This record gives sequence, structure tokens and C-alpha cells, in this order.
Amino acid sequence: MAKMQITLKVNNREVEALAEPRMLLIHLLREELGLTGPHIGCDTSHCGACTVDMNGKSIKSCTVFAAQTNGAEIITVEGLAGPDGSLHVLQEMFREHHGLQCGYCTPGMITRAYRLLQENPNPSETEIRFGISGNLCRCTGYQNIVKAIRAAADTMNGAREAAE
Amino acid sequence: MTAEVETAQARTQKLEGLGTKRKRVEDVRFTQGKGNYVDDIKLPGMLFGDFVRSPFGHARIKSINKDAALALPGVKAVLTADDLKPLNLHWMPTLAGDVQAVLADEKVLFQGQEVAFVVAEDRYTAADAADLVEVEYEALPALVDPTRSMAADAPVLREDLKDKNSGAHGPRKHHNHIFTWEVGDAEGTAQALNEAAVVATERIVYQRVHPCPLETCGCVASMDKVNGHLTVWGTFQAPHAVRTVASLISGIPEHKIRIISPDIGGGFGNKVGVYPGYICSIVGSIVLGVPVKWIEDRIENLQATAFARDYHMTGEIAATAEGRITALRCHVLADHGAFDACADPTKYPAGFFSICTGSYDIPVAHVTVDGVYTNKAPGGVAYRCSFRVTEASYLIERMIDVLARKLDMDPAEVRRRNLIRKEQFPYQSALGWEYDSGDYLTALDKALSTVGYAALRDEQRRNREAFSRGETRKLMGIGVSFFTEIVGAGPIKNCDILGLGMFDSCEIRVHPTGSAIARLGTISQGQGHATTFAQILASEIGIPAANITVEEGDTDTAPYGLGTYGSRSTPVAGAATAMAGRKIRAKAQMIAAYLLEVHDDDLEWDVDRFRVKGAPEREKTMTEIAFAAYNKVPPGMEPGLEAVSYYDPPNMTYPFGAYICVVDVDVDSGVTEIRRFYALDDCGTRINPMIIEGQVHGGLTEALAIAMGQEMAYDELGNLQNASLLDFFLPTAVETPNWETDFTTTPSPHHPIGAKGVGESSNVGGVSAFSNAVNDAFAHLGLTHTQMPHDHWRVWKTAQRLGITVS
Repeated sequence: MAKMQITLKVNNREVEALAEPRMLLIHLLREELGLTGPHIGCDTSHCGACTVDMNGKSIKSCTVFAAQTNGAEIITVEGLAGPDGSLHVLQEMFREHHGLQCGYCTPGMITRAYRLLQENPNPSETEIRFGISGNLCRCTGYQNIVKAIRAAADTMNGAREAAE
Repeated sequence: MTAEVETAQARTQKLEGLGTKRKRVEDVRFTQGKGNYVDDIKLPGMLFGDFVRSPFGHARIKSINKDAALALPGVKAVLTADDLKPLNLHWMPTLAGDVQAVLADEKVLFQGQEVAFVVAEDRYTAADAADLVEVEYEALPALVDPTRSMAADAPVLREDLKDKNSGAHGPRKHHNHIFTWEVGDAEGTAQALNEAAVVATERIVYQRVHPCPLETCGCVASMDKVNGHLTVWGTFQAPHAVRTVASLISGIPEHKIRIISPDIGGGFGNKVGVYPGYICSIVGSIVLGVPVKWIEDRIENLQATAFARDYHMTGEIAATAEGRITALRCHVLADHGAFDACADPTKYPAGFFSICTGSYDIPVAHVTVDGVYTNKAPGGVAYRCSFRVTEASYLIERMIDVLARKLDMDPAEVRRRNLIRKEQFPYQSALGWEYDSGDYLTALDKALSTVGYAALRDEQRRNREAFSRGETRKLMGIGVSFFTEIVGAGPIKNCDILGLGMFDSCEIRVHPTGSAIARLGTISQGQGHATTFAQILASEIGIPAANITVEEGDTDTAPYGLGTYGSRSTPVAGAATAMAGRKIRAKAQMIAAYLLEVHDDDLEWDVDRFRVKGAPEREKTMTEIAFAAYNKVPPGMEPGLEAVSYYDPPNMTYPFGAYICVVDVDVDSGVTEIRRFYALDDCGTRINPMIIEGQVHGGLTEALAIAMGQEMAYDELGNLQNASLLDFFLPTAVETPNWETDFTTTPSPHHPIGAKGVGESSNVGGVSAFSNAVNDAFAHLGLTHTQMPHDHWRVWKTAQRLGITVS
């Protein structure tokens, strides 16, 4: 099958890739670019383990063709830590509040929460639960994930206020 | 002591040992996307395998044509049963003493069964090629309903067994019968039932469900033809057992097989078994000389790898007029699917179902279980529970409620009158178990008072009155459950799988600078072993948990163990860890005595050091002792500071708990709202309260899924109608309520640190609590029992049958 040349930005880095038209973004990320943080859990866009950020929106990368990302800006969980390796507040808070167990949903969950807190910096518990309802977790029962996201919001808002 | 000397309390805190809410060491990798799951493994030249699967529930294979598939560029091989026959690998032994087709041999017996294995350069080409394999089938009548399995005219499913009158577990009485398992006193139970003032009977179905971990099953097999070594990375909950089975099946000597379980994305029992994908990948790698990866997709996971439950139970419970239970009888029809691939200890074809007398002092009981074949996927694994324990707990907890209706008594009161009393432990159950410890009444009372049970019942009374006056369309239900689990399999005298005794192991090496590595025979799938086992050791040997690496899952480095399932890690491997730690400390004591020039007995342990009795300023810390172990040991002693323990537990452990669920049911829509869920768990000594709480949350959420929506729905042709996450219910954060957790602590008397295991308790107790709550909402209308799952449709149907819906 003829391959298409695509150029995109992944975690702030310009990337050129050759992809079959049918290649899914999740496979481009995992198999061509070595970004194995996003996972595959269902193939039908229900579980959210493959969630990444594309042009400022959360998307399920198992439902987007690699070819559709030409010119796009993608952020995966690997791109959330600071340039100096310091963890993102969400990564810290998921650990602090025991918001993960097997870790399989975690990259998608954190990447989704990253966008959620930009869409709504001060979400209520109900808004957090609704906001992550496209991401399934089989281990935690969500309670500590909700707590972690809420704590991250508080920390980030506190830091923002302090800066202002 | 000078001010600079740290107090024992400060030093204890530094260890982060038992009882500490230690943050998980695993999370640093996982939160950054740096886990290493099987599909993350990429080896040079690696090929991808994919299956051609049966679209039929039951059919004869007339022909298989691989030509078109083999002609596709990038396709390296297409394997069928005929290709595996010369290697004698077309059938494999199951963990239950049956055999299972690796690739369908002349017939397919369930939808999704593996028919051919395609190997290609990438996963897209493999999928294309699988579509190009032409299989001609002749459809046969499918047998889906287990109650029809033993009908005289039922089709013969297993032609390979049709002339066999006995199987691995005794005589077979029909061509679709697998075994009959019986325990208890048949005569005594019959007599007690005949003489009882009150007998309640109910048919209770625990539907077929699926563990459905977020990561599906998969492996990478790599045969190195130069040195004859086979390495397999895979989603294995029991890596050592897989190595032994792989050696027995393949003939490759066991020392030349290395099984590695990398990070596992949840297991819940789904990853205990040995699947055709593993065998085919190994064969593919042997044939082609390069690594072969196989990863199932979600539909394949739901269709073909191990399901759970499918127990069709009839319970009879006898009591005095005052509500004192006098007998329990139960018959189970167990649907095992097309092959008996349960993962139970050999002597227990129905697992530990005989824990079904539950938490109650029942003088006599009798249980029979008939296992049968149907045209459904094989499995019957312990989905977040010990072997068949949720089924047992569901039976007794529903029967208690049914009995309470019949007696017109409060369900909590019936429980209270029959709970085993504290002074009865160790308690011998009528069906042969010795419960290690418990304080059930304290737990029940704490639960009832915390939720304000009496007030809830008052509110329910008012709600029912308001409902009958037409002022509300919602009914309130209160579900109480009190469960006792049996976990930590188990003593070798009772428990083995394929002849392998169910001990577990830990090996510790203390390094010269006072840090350590511990290797275990278990494997975490999210339970946090790297965190908690280090805590056990920290308390035993006085080295901070942060300085102890825990490693599992590599059969070349870890000591032999039976793996992680059935809540056995803490009860068995956790005990091995403590025992190995004690060996380290014993040697450390001798070294310390030598260094301090005193007798061993003159020393006492103080958190992280030995002190001379009566002269506490004379001391040697573990750090000092560790270094001395490598250069200054007593004459005649071997240098080094290492120990290994293989722990054969003297008994199982028996965690218990009291759960209360409050639900509001909208009778016109069938929508149920979990208003409140309170879970009190007693898992003995608590190693890490944060992790315990997380385990309870997770188990409750899986219980919610099972009770309120999960069912593998087959039509009469054997089509699985909900084999994707579109319609197989996994709760999201929206459906999942907030959980209230609580605890009591009753240590196990036989476990070195008194721990009992907790990973599965809340699934065992949770399902009954939800189901009891929904049933309770309708109890005043005469309902005794309605089958799970209590999804909106079924709940509405129940309301409609009772004549209370608007239409």
C-alpha cells in the first residue's frame, strides 16, 4: 500500500513519518515513534487508554488515522513532564492520592485530565467525573482519580494566584 | 541517650514498614508512560500473529484453504491443527485436567474459537491475511443453555470424549457431563430440612461475566535456535507454572525456557490460564526462527479468553421459627463451556464453593456440583475472588435474605442470630473448612451503627407508605451482606495445580551497604507488590523500604512460586517474605553478637539494630551488620547475607467484612441510584492502608459492574451478542458512586505477620450487597429473588411484573 508522508509536532518535536493511509495514530505513536505511554484497550473508542492531546483537544488515538495528523500538534503523556524532567502536577497528584494501580489506563487518564483542567480549571466532583467518563479504569473505582485531579486543580490554581 | 540519637519512633517511621501509607514506587514509571507492558516489547525481526476464529458456536470444519493468505506479501506462515499434529501440539492440557484444542481439530465448539494462526510482518498484514483464509463450515446445532446439556437428545459436543465414562474428577453420567463434586452430609442435611419449622428455597443464577482487564492477553515468544533457549514475555499471572506447562507441552527442557511477566495491565483472573495464542506464538517462533508477538483485541478477549461464574444454583435453607439456621443444601449446575479450563486446585473442581455456609454457624450442609459442557468459551476463572468464592458468598447471602422474608424478620437480625461467635474460632465448618479467626458480631455492629441502620429502615418504611399513597415513584432498598472469604491457597496437602504444590517464595539478598533486593514467585497486576512487600521486609529486617527493590515475574531470577490470583500473594508470598526476613535477622544477630563480643542471647532487636541487653549504648545497626557480613563474619560462618523461604501455609486465611448498600429505584425507568455504599473489611494485619483502601474501591466497582449490568449474552446459536465495550458493561466514573470504607483488625493466627489478603474481598461481599439492596426495594411486594444483572431493563421488568409501573 502506498505510504503517505506526514509532518507533525509530537511533544514539541517536529516529526516526519511515512504512514499507510489506514494506519491509526496510536500505532504511529507506539510503533514508529516509540511512544508507548498511550495504550490500546478496546479498539472501539470506548476505553480511552489511547487518549492523547491533538491541537488542544483530547482525542482517542485509536480512532484517528495517522494521515489526519499532518500538520497537527500532539501531546502524549511522555510530553507532560517539564524540560528538566520535573513531573507535571497531575503526575505528582496521581501518585500522592493513589490514583492508579495497574497503570494501564493512567497515561490516557492523565492526558485527559491535563486537557480537562485547561477547559475547566476549577471543576466540581461531578464535572470531573463527567469529564473523564470517556476513560475507563478497571482497578481504582475512580474515587482516588477524582481526588487526584481535584488536588491538581487546587495546586495549579494556587500557583496561578501566587503568580498573579 | 543523647539528643542526637533518633528515637525508636523516628527510626520506625523512616523504615516505612507495616501499617504505613507508603506511596507506591511503581507510580513513578506509570505516571510518565514508562511502564513496560507486553505490547511495548519490540524485538529485531519480530513478526505478528493473528487468529482466524470461528463465526459459529458449533460447526464441523469441512476444509481450510490457506492459499490466498499465503500469497499475500508479508505473510510468513499460516498454521492449522493439521500443521500442529506432527508436533502433537494441536491439543493442550488445561489446568483442570481436561484438554483444549489449540487450533480447532475437525470441529469448532464456540464462537471465536481459534481455527488458524497467521504470522506476518506487521499486525495489519496479519489481519488482512486472517481474512483471506477460507474456512468451509457445516453448522451443527448449538447447545447454549446448560440446563439442556444433559438432555437425552442433546448434541454430542466433545467427540474426543464421547466414549469416556470418567474424567479427571470421576465418573461422567452423560456425553456433555464433566464431573459431579459432592461434599457434606447428604442424609443429615435431608433430615434437618424435613424436620425444620421453616424452609426457604430459591433458584439463584450467577450469570456468566468476564474479568475484562483493560490490557488484553498477549505474548512475545522468542526461540533462539543457536542455544536452544525459548524466552516468552506475556500476560501471565503465574509465570513459573507457565514455564512448567510450556516445558511439558513442548518437550523443551525447563532450564532452557524463560518466562517473563512484564508489567501487567490488570488481570482479575483472566490471565491465569494458558491460551492457544501462547502456544501458537511459540510454535511460530520455533518454525520461523524469529520472535512472534500475539496480542488479542478486545472482542477476542471477551469471546475467547477466560470468562467467570455461570453458576446455576438451587439453595434450600432450613431454620427454626426463631430464625436459627439448621441446615443448608445446594445444588449447582456449572457451565464450563466447551473445554474444562477452570483454574482451580486439582482436588477442587468447583473451587472452594463449599465455603457457602458463609459466616454462619450452620450445623449441617450438603453441596453437589455438576459441571457440564456447552458451546461457549472455556474458562470459569476466579474473577477477582478466590476459587468460586463469590458464587458461594452470593448464594448464602441471598439465601439469608430469602429466609428473612419467609420468617418476616429483618435480614440483619437473621445474620446476627447466626453469625459464628468470636469464641468459636478456630471454627470447623460443616463442609470441612477451619476458619482461622474472626470477630463477626463486632464488625456487623460497627457497620450497622455507622450507617444508622435502624434510621434507614424507618426511612424505608416511610418511603413505602409514600409510594403506596402515590407521592413518589422511587423505592428505597437496603442491602446487607456479611461475607467470609477463603483465600491464600494453599497448604500443599490440599492444594496443587497440575501437581505443583501451591506454596510461594521469597529470596532476599542484603547488599554490603545495607540495601537489599527481594525476589518473589508472585507477580503484581496493579496490587503494588513492589511497595508492600518492601514494607513487610522493612519491619522484619530494619532496612528502609525505600532501600529494598522488589522484583517479580522473571523465572530465571525469581524463586519458584505459583503466582498471583485468589488473593494468595499476601497470605502465601507475604508470609514467605516475612520468613525469609527472619532468617536474615537471625544471621544478622549472630554477626552482631560476634562484633559486640557477646552471646547471641544477650542481644535484643530494636527497630533497625541489635543492642546489648542492659547496655543499650552498645549496638550494631543493620547497615553495619550488612557490611560486616561481607568481611567480618564469625569463624565458621559463610559470608554474605542472603535467605530464601518457600512457604507452605498451614491453612488458608479467612478475611471477612460487613457491607451495606442503599439504593433508590425508579420503578418507571428501572434506573437504580446507589445512594450510599459502606464497606467494612477485616483483612487481618494491615500492611498499607492506602493500598488496602484502593483495592476495596476497585473490587467494589467490579462488583457494581457484575451486579448491575454485566452479562455475557449468548443467543441460541451461540453468538456472543455483547463482545465489545459498546455493550459489555464497564462502569465509568459517572455510574460509580463514592465508596465509604472502614475496618476492624483480627489478625490471622497462623500467618507470620497476621495478614489475610484483601484484593478480592470487596468483589466477594459487594455483589451480594448490591443485589440484596435491589431485591430489598421490592421485598414488601412479595419479591424474594430476581436474577442479576440488575440493569435498568430487568429492574423495570421486575417492577412491571409486580404491577407497580405506570404502563
